[in-house]
Parts: sequence; structure tokens; C-alpha cells
Amino acid sequence: MALFEAQQLHKRFGDRVVLEEINLSFEAGQLSGIMGPNGAGKTTCFNVLTGRYKPNRGKVLFDGEDITGMAPRTIARKGISRSFQIMNLFDDFNVIQNVLLAVPQIRDRGFNMTRRIAADSGAMDKAAAVLEQVGLKDKAYENAGSLPYGDRRALEIGVALATEPRLLFLDEPTSGLGTDATARLAELVLELKQRYTIVIIEHDMKFLFGLADNIAVIHWGQVITRGTPDELRANKWVQSSNLGKLA
Amino acid sequence: MNTNAGISAWITRPMLITFAVLVSLPFWIDSVGLYQYLGVEIVIWMVFALGYNLLLGYTGLPSFGHGAYFGIGAYAFGLSQLHLTQSVWLGLFCSILFAALGGAAVAAFLSHRRGIYYALLTIAFGQVFWFLSIKWHTLTGGEDGLLNIPRPDLDFTVFSVSLDSNQALYYFALALFVVVVIGLWRLIHSPYGTVIKAIKQNEMRTGFIGYNVWLYKWSVFTLSASIAGLAGGMFAMAQESAYPDVMSLHASGFVVMMVLIGGGMVSFWGPVIGAAVYFIARDMLGAATETWLLWYGLMFMAVVVFKPEGIAGAWQSLVRRHDNSADVEKKPISG
Repeated sequence: MALFEAQQLHKRFGDRVVLEEINLSFEAGQLSGIMGPNGAGKTTCFNVLTGRYKPNRGKVLFDGEDITGMAPRTIARKGISRSFQIMNLFDDFNVIQNVLLAVPQIRDRGFNMTRRIAADSGAMDKAAAVLEQVGLKDKAYENAGSLPYGDRRALEIGVALATEPRLLFLDEPTSGLGTDATARLAELVLELKQRYTIVIIEHDMKFLFGLADNIAVIHWGQVITRGTPDELRANKWVQSSNLGKLA
Repeated sequence: MNTNAGISAWITRPMLITFAVLVSLPFWIDSVGLYQYLGVEIVIWMVFALGYNLLLGYTGLPSFGHGAYFGIGAYAFGLSQLHLTQSVWLGLFCSILFAALGGAAVAAFLSHRRGIYYALLTIAFGQVFWFLSIKWHTLTGGEDGLLNIPRPDLDFTVFSVSLDSNQALYYFALALFVVVVIGLWRLIHSPYGTVIKAIKQNEMRTGFIGYNVWLYKWSVFTLSASIAGLAGGMFAMAQESAYPDVMSLHASGFVVMMVLIGGGMVSFWGPVIGAAVYFIARDMLGAATETWLLWYGLMFMAVVVFKPEGIAGAWQSLVRRHDNSADVEKKPISG
């Protein structure tokens, strides 16, 4: 059975249907991609999968459990984590505080009003390990708000990783990155792939085709086709669309 | 982040300086043209403003009806002394308890909201309590309020201390202030404090990494209301009366102004500075002109226009300019 499954998701805002009927499943240990033209409903799809929006119809299953319509915090605590396309950090905190806050040990002690947060060496070690992984170890005490763009993208992923997820959703992680930074990100994702089940929404087809085990194509609020990168390269629709040319 | 634990986690140098200045206050306040009782009021409002800043400065939640909880504390103290028992401890306990209950009930309606809707609801609820205090004659004494509230001796079982003199009352208020300062300082640097600061910066992400934002917003409002209640109880003790005026919208506005002028958005000490400035301005400007509020209002506008970070913010940039060794840590809301 798949780790994560979406069944017949339907989502509309007013009378505008954004997701017609989405069926997706993500296998444990795999890196799955979601692609599609602008405005195809990719981000809305992500938002429904991670609890930001409730679907009007349909079901979301995680590890066999129905998590449809649960609050983001509940879903997060079940082991699903996400990053955001538009950066969503704690800008007044320094880098390590951003990550520390997401570490489950700190989260479980959130109502502790007397302990020193830095005194928790276990959590600090975990936060430091995450920073090492995303390449921000040397910037641990810099202010998140004043980091360069590429570092902010890395921290965005770091915060998502710190929650120790079983399933990691990345929303357009390359957005706004130059070629070098994208290459570095690809290395990071390749590394993360060894340890996490990952789902990525991506514009950058080269990036996605190089990393994903399988890809679903969303258009007009539906999954129009899915398969391995090779299968998709051979697919007529993908070939005829802009997306194929970029891959 | 420094990791050496121990006493420095609880007591800091600015704290000791503040305490020292306030402890010595009765010895010099007369010679600067002010009077002993003013010290009592200043310290009480410092407590109120510190509790309020937990909400506004640290969690970013604007409450414009916080006078209500100060007032509930005052009435609870008065009613307990008039009808229940003559004990300062029990009286202040009632102040905290009822203000917390009022705050908890209101926060249950508020905590799903943010921004302007949050602010408007706090005003609406503040007005409800103010209206009740005026109209519920049998309980509150209506517009006259509760008069002749006894001020019992401070009972420590083996001995007791009279609070009849302004100095004794001042030192008692100061002792409570010290407890509140140390407690809040610790809280702000605890995991809980970090979470509320995170909510201020990014409420959505705080939820997405697994925090129950509603519960934090609810609890911090309740906590802030109970500190307001403590301050209100002390105020009733100092005034030997409780009246609706402290619950009005403009009284709620004063605490907001104190926090902003003092610099509560950037410093723990903002509310303390702001409360002192307010009362000194009231008495010094008030002695010079009847229109002192006009001048105070203009001062507030000047701060908002020229230095929105308030007095503490101005101080911080002054220090930074003098000491521009590269490693000035940018820490919003610290010491």
C-alpha cells in the first residue's frame, strides 16, 4: 500500500473549480514529482494535501489513516512536513532558532515556561545536524531575515526537515534560484532522497526529471498522466507541450 | 545564545540596575519634586504594562481593551475585602483568578482571529466589561464604584506588616514587580516564549511545524489578563477603591501608549520605561498646564513618527552607534 494517497480530490473556490478530480499515490522511499503548466492547480493540490485547505470532496490517506480536513498542525505531528514556494520563515530569529523551533523535542515542550531553550542539548544537536545537512552550519547565528536568497531557500527546507518527517513535501524549491544554486539544491535533494519519502512540485523540468522516480502531470485540475521520467519523455502530450521541451 | 545556566538565566544586570533604582526611589523622589504615592502607582502600572507587552510586543496581538482585566482585578480585590475576608494575599489571589477567568473566556472568542478583527473584538469585549461595571450597581456600586476598601496588614503567619504608609505599600508593590519581572524574563526565554515570538512573526508556519497556535494565543491572553488583574488588585489596594474609569477605552489606551512610547516592541524594558515616563509626564506637565494630555499626545505622535521603536529603541541605536564593533547581535526583543 502506498504511504500517501489522494482519492478523487475536488476543490473549488466559489464557482471556480481548481481541482477537478485528483488521484495520486506516493510510495514510501520514493521521490515523486508533480508537474504541470502555470495555474494547473499544483500549489492548490499541495495545500489540500497538507491541510491548508479542506477539499470539497475526496479523501487524503496517510499510512492508511484518513487525514482529510485535519488541521496543518495535526498533519505535521503525524509526520508530514512541507516547505513553501513563497518563503515562510521566522525572519527575526536567527538560523538555528528557526530550525530549533521545528524540532519535535522543543515542540513537545512548547508550554514549558521556565526552561532555557538553548539548554536542551539533544534538540540543539538535532538542529545543528539539520543545518549541516542544508549547508547553513556556518550561518547558524545569522538573522534569517538578512540571509541571501539562496540560503533562505535552504533554510526553508531545513525548517521542514527539522520536524523529522516521514513524508516531505517541497513546493517549488528551485524557485528564484540561479543555475549554480539549483545544482547545489539537486545534490541536497539527492542526499535527502536516501532518507526521506519526498514529493516535489517543480517548474524546472530538468531538475525534476533528473531526480524523480515518478512524476504526475497535472493539468486543468486533473492528473492527465503519470510515469517514470523516461515514460513521460515518450508521452505524446508531454512532448507536444512546453514542458516536454524543457526536460 | 549562551548556554551557561545558573543564576544568569534568572537575573540579569539591567534587572539589578532597575531594582536598585526602584529600591532607592523613596529616598529621593521627594527631592525631585514628586511624592511617595506616585511611586506606588508607577510600579503598579509597570506591572500592568509588562503583562500587556507579553501580548502586544511578544506575541504581536493587539488588545485595546486590556483595562477590563485591570478593572476586574480591582473589583475582585475590593469585593473580596468587603465581603469575604481581610487578607491581602487572598484578595490578590481573587484579582488574578477573576481576571484570568475573564481573560480566558474572552480569549476563547479571540484566538481564531488576527489583525484588525482581533483588535476590534478586544475593544468590544472591553466595552462589555466597562458597561457591566457601570450598570451592575448591586455588585460594583455603579459609577461611584466600591469605596472604602480596607487595606489589611500583610500577614506572614508568624508576623505581619502594616501597609498603612505609602512607603510600606510601595515596597510591597515593588516586591510583586520583582517577581513579575523575573518570571516574565524567564518565560520569554523559555520554549513557550520562543513559540509566542514565532507566532508574532509567522502564525501560519508555526501551525505547519506542528504547534497549536490557537492554544498559545489563548493561553498568552489569559496570562496577560491575569497579570493585569494582579496590577488592578494592587491598584484597588492603593486607592482603597475600585471604579469603572480604569476599565474605560481611554484607560486601555494608556497602557498601549505606555508600551509603545517606552519601546515594548523592541525591548523587555519598554513597558517599564513607558510607565515611568507617563506618570512623570502626567505630574510634571500636569503641574505646569491643564492641557498636559495634549502635550503627552503630541509626544506620542512624535515617537510614532520619528522613532516607532520608542525610547528603548532610541537607546539601543545609540548604544549600537557607540559600540559598532561588528558583532552586534540583532536580537529583537531582548534585554
